[in-house]
Amino acid sequence: MMTTEFLIDTHGTPRVKLDAPVYRASEAASAYDARVKPQSTFKLHTTDLNVYYGDHHVLKNINMGIESNAITALIGPSGCGKSTYLRLFNRMNDYIDTFHMSGQVLLGDKNIYDKDVATEELRKLVGMVFQKPNPFPKSIYDNVVYGLKIQGINKKSTLDEAVERALRQSALWDEVKHDLKKSALSLSGGQQQRLCIARTLAVQPDVILMDEPTSALDPIASAKIEDLMVELKKEYTIVIVTHNMQQASRVSDNCAFFYMGDLVEYSDTKSMFTHPQKTQTQNYVTGRFG
Amino acid sequence: MNNATDTLIPAPRTRVTDLTQRSHTARRNHLIDQTFKYLGVAATFIGLIVLAYFIIDIAIDGIGRIDWDFLTSLPSRKAEKAGILPAWAGSAWILALTAIISLPLGVAAGVYFEEYAKESRMNHLLEVNIANLAGVPSIIYGILGLEVFGRLMGFGESLLAGAFTLALLILPIIIVATREAIKAVPSTLREASYGLGATKWQTIKWQVLPAASGGILTGTILSLSRAVGETAPLIVIGALAYVPFVPSGPMDQFTVLPMQIFNWTSRPQAAFLTNAAAAIIVLLLITFIMNGIAIYLRNRWQKNLK
Ligand SMILES: Nc1ncnc2c1ncn2[C@@H]1O[C@H](COP(=O)(O)OP(=O)(O)O)[C@@H](O)[C@H]1O
Ligand SMILES: [Mg+2]
Repeated sequence: MMTTEFLIDTHGTPRVKLDAPVYRASEAASAYDARVKPQSTFKLHTTDLNVYYGDHHVLKNINMGIESNAITALIGPSGCGKSTYLRLFNRMNDYIDTFHMSGQVLLGDKNIYDKDVATEELRKLVGMVFQKPNPFPKSIYDNVVYGLKIQGINKKSTLDEAVERALRQSALWDEVKHDLKKSALSLSGGQQQRLCIARTLAVQPDVILMDEPTSALDPIASAKIEDLMVELKKEYTIVIVTHNMQQASRVSDNCAFFYMGDLVEYSDTKSMFTHPQKTQTQNYVTGRFG
Repeated sequence: MNNATDTLIPAPRTRVTDLTQRSHTARRNHLIDQTFKYLGVAATFIGLIVLAYFIIDIAIDGIGRIDWDFLTSLPSRKAEKAGILPAWAGSAWILALTAIISLPLGVAAGVYFEEYAKESRMNHLLEVNIANLAGVPSIIYGILGLEVFGRLMGFGESLLAGAFTLALLILPIIIVATREAIKAVPSTLREASYGLGATKWQTIKWQVLPAASGGILTGTILSLSRAVGETAPLIVIGALAYVPFVPSGPMDQFTVLPMQIFNWTSRPQAAFLTNAAAAIIVLLLITFIMNGIAIYLRNRWQKNLK
């Protein structure tokens, strides 16, 4: 019964193509099981989280854990609160005057919104890559060492090593090793974004937040970033916001679907795309709205 | 087949419009449009023509008088032997000292307002007052300078007293320029810096100020080019009209180009008027060069922000 209700809309026309994933009640349980992981594997955690911009309630009672050494994708239509949620983890929302929240955001078992937390220290552990590549208007080298220099690390050999390591990790080394003194702005968009990733890696964070990191890039540059993410999750916990369903299904291990401030569904990516439990999720992942 | 497509695609609406013919209202609007365009052009040209007339007139009078001797001689009672060395040296001193004093103060205040000041009544009051200060007549600054810098702080009639007075005069302009320049720094740059664990001050020092420096410099140079032409406040604080020496330190007495010009124009002999015209050309050149640098910097800076 449920199956037919789901597949047939009020006019009796099928709303999905035949080869689209079909939700079956019997599978609901297993999909549900998949999303309950032992808490110890969670790197980040939000409990009873509510976020407001002034009176605007943008995240509603979010309870969610983010698995360590995995890629967690946040998906959902524009304005549903994905970026807001992502930016909670490095306290980037603090700069918005009207922002206020209740509940807890835990990194490990520490609430990062506790009074005694220094945001500068937090951001060394939780790095961020932004939607539009935003390298500093300086040389490639200076971009990578920025995060170290502000920590007072000035020893040339240390910095040189860090630059090479970070650029290798971000798969940019071979392309730029001969002109590290070149302006970062002269790189292509995809290279700039990998430089931004390198800059984040140089600080050696535990977590990397990415807010639609490939939305300004062409498919080839995007593919490189995707490969890179998969490589990086061995050492880092990655949270990515993406509008691109293929990207989410290709790279992520877990997937969270937000809609108008609610966490509608959260499970491992495979279940999310093959057996979504909610109509809204099904509609969204098959591209019917959003 | 054909019939089927015909019913699907609606026939184009028949509306005959001659694209070369304007309707009555459109014609009237067009006329108003054109009128305002030419009024605007006329208004611009009136200003330019007056300026051009003035410059040509001065150039005819003075350009023949400018030579090496004129630039390197001390003033003299004989018009043919008089030069502007102490005047332009004094102007250069005043410019440098004013810049040194006003730039750090203005930038610091601008940074404070843009980055640190909270919404408070006190800060609002300060902001309004700074805006007002920019409109205070310069002679009032002269009186303030005479009292505070000349007498209270004991700088007397020195370059330092003059420079502090002019620094005060252009401070509001630098503060406003700094704030505008900081506002124009893209937020993505700030986010990148904060995101890597930089403190607010580190972000300001390493990202915001360098990115804003073009705008700040432009504003500063423009305001300095205003200061270099100021006469009234310097007369009030006691700058001398006749200075037969080049100042060698900030506590020396001084004169400046506009004072020298003022002095010469008040003489009855025609030869001194020629000297004044020549000195005006030098002063104008200095201002134009400064404005040129400012415009150049602004263009470069705007390109870099993109
Ligand atoms: N700085 C802000 N001030 C006020 N409202 C904001 C601000 N940023 C985002 N919002 C609002 O919060 C909601 C969630 O925004 P966001 O987290 O950016 O969504 P998403 O990233 O999913 O597109 C939207 O309704 C948006 O209009
Ligand atoms: Mg977003």
